[in-house]
Amino acid sequence: MKMLRMLGRGIRDAFKSVFRNFSLSLASISCITITLIIVAISIILSYNVTNFTKEIEKDLTIVAFVETDATEDDVENIRNELEKISNINQKEIKYESKKAVKEAMQGESEIFNSVMSEWNDDDNPLKDTFQIKVKDVEKITETAKKIEKIEKISVVRYGEGIVDKLINAFNYIQTITYGAVVALILVTIFLIINTIKLTIYSRKREISIMRLVGASNFTIKFPFVIEGMVLGLLGSIIPVLIIIFGYPYLFKITDGYVFTPLVDLISPNPFIYQISGMIVIIGIIVGMIGSSSAVRKYLKV
Amino acid sequence: MDIIRLKNVKKQYKNGTTALYDLNLNIEKGSFVFIIGGSGSGKSTLMKMLYREEKPTSGQIMVGGINVAKLRNSKVYKLRRKLGIVFQDYRLLPKLTVYENVAFAMEVIGATKQETRVKVLKSLEIVGLKNKIHNYPNQLSGGEQQRVAIARAIVNNPKMLLCDEPTGNLDPDMSIEIMKIIEKINKDWGTTVLVVTHDKEIVNKMKKQVITLKEGRLVNNKAKGTYDENA
Repeated sequence: MKMLRMLGRGIRDAFKSVFRNFSLSLASISCITITLIIVAISIILSYNVTNFTKEIEKDLTIVAFVETDATEDDVENIRNELEKISNINQKEIKYESKKAVKEAMQGESEIFNSVMSEWNDDDNPLKDTFQIKVKDVEKITETAKKIEKIEKISVVRYGEGIVDKLINAFNYIQTITYGAVVALILVTIFLIINTIKLTIYSRKREISIMRLVGASNFTIKFPFVIEGMVLGLLGSIIPVLIIIFGYPYLFKITDGYVFTPLVDLISPNPFIYQISGMIVIIGIIVGMIGSSSAVRKYLKV
Repeated sequence: MDIIRLKNVKKQYKNGTTALYDLNLNIEKGSFVFIIGGSGSGKSTLMKMLYREEKPTSGQIMVGGINVAKLRNSKVYKLRRKLGIVFQDYRLLPKLTVYENVAFAMEVIGATKQETRVKVLKSLEIVGLKNKIHNYPNQLSGGEQQRVAIARAIVNNPKMLLCDEPTGNLDPDMSIEIMKIIEKINKDWGTTVLVVTHDKEIVNKMKKQVITLKEGRLVNNKAKGTYDENA
């Protein structure tokens, strides 16, 4: 009962203090707002990079061409050999006979259709193919080399060169955005500690009197911690609005992709709500850490 | 029974100056004690150690059954709840009214509104300020502000009242009035009172126990003492 009363009092004091020292609160809030906006942008960026890296990786396929003179046994043998390679996703080994390839190509265009319709199964110059997906894209080159060594495989294609560069670039972008998010959060905490220190400095006397009349450290600290959380919460309002209205707008004007349809954006729903939730939580935690570490100094008298 | 017991207490500040050398002192429950001495005699240091603003360098301090020398920072509030402390500069909160200033001491230890109200009005009545509860500190005279501070110090019915130069900023008439209030609290409630002062007139007039410190050492402890000119 006493505990509840103290908590209630702490929360009341926290709100009072936010509005009583409004100019200082505003300084903390705008500082939190600005950094949270940047944090939000970085998070959205890094999620999108991760997302389309995954999308592209999912689409990456190794195509292995089987030699023309291979028999059905040879094909079966190749399949067995492929299944032994650890980096290959066993469920994604797709065999296409040259007949199937031919039919697929005929379906694609009129010209192909008219030329190919004259080919029989025997004089079909196309080759049987295996379409293979890998588990770890970073080891795609290695895997391709292993596939080449299998008997009766003539050529292996996977868009070498470009793929390597793309993967490297994505890895860099991801590391940088993660680093930026962490750095920004640390900077925010630091800024908030300093702004809240200012607020607390103006109440140094009050704190020392509280200590003198026998308030426990928890009682003194609690309102400040709540105050920090309230500041964090208020500071996250604008960033959340920007996310909720800005991201769908961006999605709409870009038709959901950047530069080419290959690079998809994450669709706004429920993505924006997840990110907003994250931003609010970051804001609250950062405010809390900031104020509790700022008040600590004054609890030693 | 002794409410305060100091054994071989030494205090040396970080800058090297020694404020107290090997102090032994017992103060009986319910007594009224003046602590006098010139500047640098260590009387303020002694006071600060009693409410644990300073820790002794060595030695033992027991206050109301609490080992103050070993008291952890986070547990200091347990000691302070047994004490009422009055300072020369009143230490009131300027943005709160007289009533709120006194109630503040009750609120922070989690008293109910009702309990707070009864006790605050009671202690304001004792110091004779019941008619000014809605004034702010800057609307009061120095003597009145000090009375508010006393009301705040006694609102929790402390076992002990520590006063650090309570009349230092007041004129002689006002000083005597303040001392009368403190004496009344000592008599009516049996609260142990320690007053650090260098107000000769008051000490001589009141005829209480006087402890004299000089350059960090106890030089005199008389039951019905007067201000020692040599101190």
